[in-house]
Parts: sequence; structure tokens; C-alpha cells
Amino acid sequence: MHSGLYTYIFIAVMALSTYFCRVIALTLIRRPIKNRFVQSFLYYVPYVTLAVMTFPAIVEATRTPAAGIAAFVIGILCAWFCGNLFITAGSCCLTVFLVELILHI
Amino acid sequence: MNSTNRSEFIKGLRDGVPIGIGYLAVSFSLGITARECGFTALQGFIASITTIASAGEYIGFTLFAANATLLQLIIMTLITNARYTLMGFALSQRMPEGASLKTRLFTGVSITDEIFGITIARPGPVNPYYPFGAAAMSAPLWAIGTALGITMGNILSARIVSALGVALFGMFLAVIIPVCRKDRAAALAVIASFAASGCARFIPFLKSLSAGNRTILLTLVISALFAVLFPVPDKDPEGDN
Repeated sequence: MHSGLYTYIFIAVMALSTYFCRVIALTLIRRPIKNRFVQSFLYYVPYVTLAVMTFPAIVEATRTPAAGIAAFVIGILCAWFCGNLFITAGSCCLTVFLVELILHI
Repeated sequence: MNSTNRSEFIKGLRDGVPIGIGYLAVSFSLGITARECGFTALQGFIASITTIASAGEYIGFTLFAANATLLQLIIMTLITNARYTLMGFALSQRMPEGASLKTRLFTGVSITDEIFGITIARPGPVNPYYPFGAAAMSAPLWAIGTALGITMGNILSARIVSALGVALFGMFLAVIIPVCRKDRAAALAVIASFAASGCARFIPFLKSLSAGNRTILLTLVISALFAVLFPVPDKDPEGDN
């Protein structure tokens, strides 16, 4: 187990590194970046990271993989056709709840 | 605060209301993760009010539970939040002419996916008081939701907890999927990422890596691959120059 102090140090390091991400480009870049590879790489990073973190973790997060797979499919459909963040998140939750209810888990 | 800044701040507060309500629901499931990772309600509240990042906090909490080093935490936080750097870059192109370092540091405080979205969608140079107003409204709700998830996660039924546990992934999908409609290369990158991440669970070397290291490795490789295969059009990202 960690001590309480270590936990707060951990939280502070997390907050500072996150703030660093937010301000580094904002403070250093005062004109458009020309390098195409850097621009392209930065463009893909958010989508790739979030996609890698979502699957297969969503399938492992529920008490039965079937519920996680259903939530994954519904989440993609919902995000595709509606795009609203909170409707998508809510639909995923509802899907898991209903699938687990039907399967009596 | 002069009158223009005050009115921008108030507009930000108003536009931050729907964002904050959504944050409250999503951060509740983040709180459930935080509780499983060993955080108290106070620690979760402080972590959320100082960091204000869904994926970043999720990875931070899981790294804490996995006894990761502070160096691993820093590397993973920088990787997970690389999109904030991209947003900061986009905002850097929209700052008023000759904006001071102080103004830029202040603007960066309020960058989240949603607040960046409503800020960059407005015409003209960015007034940092607008995103700050939105953050002042929504960030406390984000932190309260996290603390509630930590305190109430264990009195809710296992079925409800299981259902709320996927809210974060739903939120991630809502960030990445709409872009796939407009950009075929981004869609391919997302599909490749799902496939690679799924396969990585069965490939001997990748399987043995921690979830965090696997995410770093896959992100660097897949993003670099797509940057080479499908470079983005060579123009200003805001397209207004």
C-alpha cells in the first residue's frame, strides 16, 4: 500500500504533466508548424490512443463479455449517427444494464 | 476583470452548464475506477479538480494501482494527453496578436475536449475568460462526480456499477467515431487500433507488457505509420489563413 503523502505526490505529478501538455504548444508555438510528419503524427495520436484504450478494455470491464461487446457496438453506432458524447456514454451504460438483466447476471 | 472579460466569463459559465451535467455522470464512473485503485473521496476530488482529464485520470489511477513509477506516470500522461497539445497548438493559432505568456498559460488551464470544442467553434481571436468560465462551471462538477463515484460506488448494486463502468469508453467512442465519418484515414487508424489492441492481448511479447506500456507502444507505432501512409493535407489546421 502507498502512504497518503505519496498519493498526493502522485496526484500532483499527474496534474502538472497534464497541464504541461495543455500549455507547451500554446506557449512555445507562435506561428504555424510546417513539418508535415509532425502535424500528421499529432493528428492521429488522439484517435489511436483512445481507440487502443477502448478496445478490448470495454469488453473486459463488464461482468460478462457479451454485455461489453454489445456496449461497444451500440457505442460506435450511437457516436456515428448522433455524435453526442453524453447520449453515447448513456447508451453504452443502458446496453450493459439491459444485457446483464436479460442474461440474469 | 474588465467588462468584456466579465461578459465572456459569464457566457462561458452558461455554456459550461450542459458540459458540467455530462461531466457529473461520466466522472461518477471514473470515481468507481478511482475507488478500485485505492483513492479516497478527497484524493479523487483533488485529482479531478487539478487534472480535469478523463482518459488521463483513468490511466493515472490504474497506473497508481499497478505501483507504476512516477516516470511511467509522466510518460503515460504525456502520451494520453497528447491531444491537448494538439488543441493547444490549434488555440496558439487563434490567440490575439502578441498575447503574453501569462495569457497563454491562463488559456491552457481550461483545455478539455469539450471546452476546447466550444471555444474553437467561436469566431475571432480567443478570449481566455470564455473557456475559463466554462471550466469554472464544469470542473467542480467533474470533481464532485469523481468523489461521489468513490463514496457511493460501493452502495450501488453490482449491476449498476457494471453498467456505469462503460460510460468512459462510451465517451471515448464519442470523441473518436464522429471524426471517422469525415476522414477515411482516421477511420482506418481507429479500426487498425482496435484490431492491433485486440491482437496484442494474444501476442507473446505484447501480452506480457503492462496495459500502459502496451498503449504507449501501439500509439507510437500506429500513429507514425499513419503519418507516413496518410499525411494530413499540408495547410493551416484551422483553415482560416
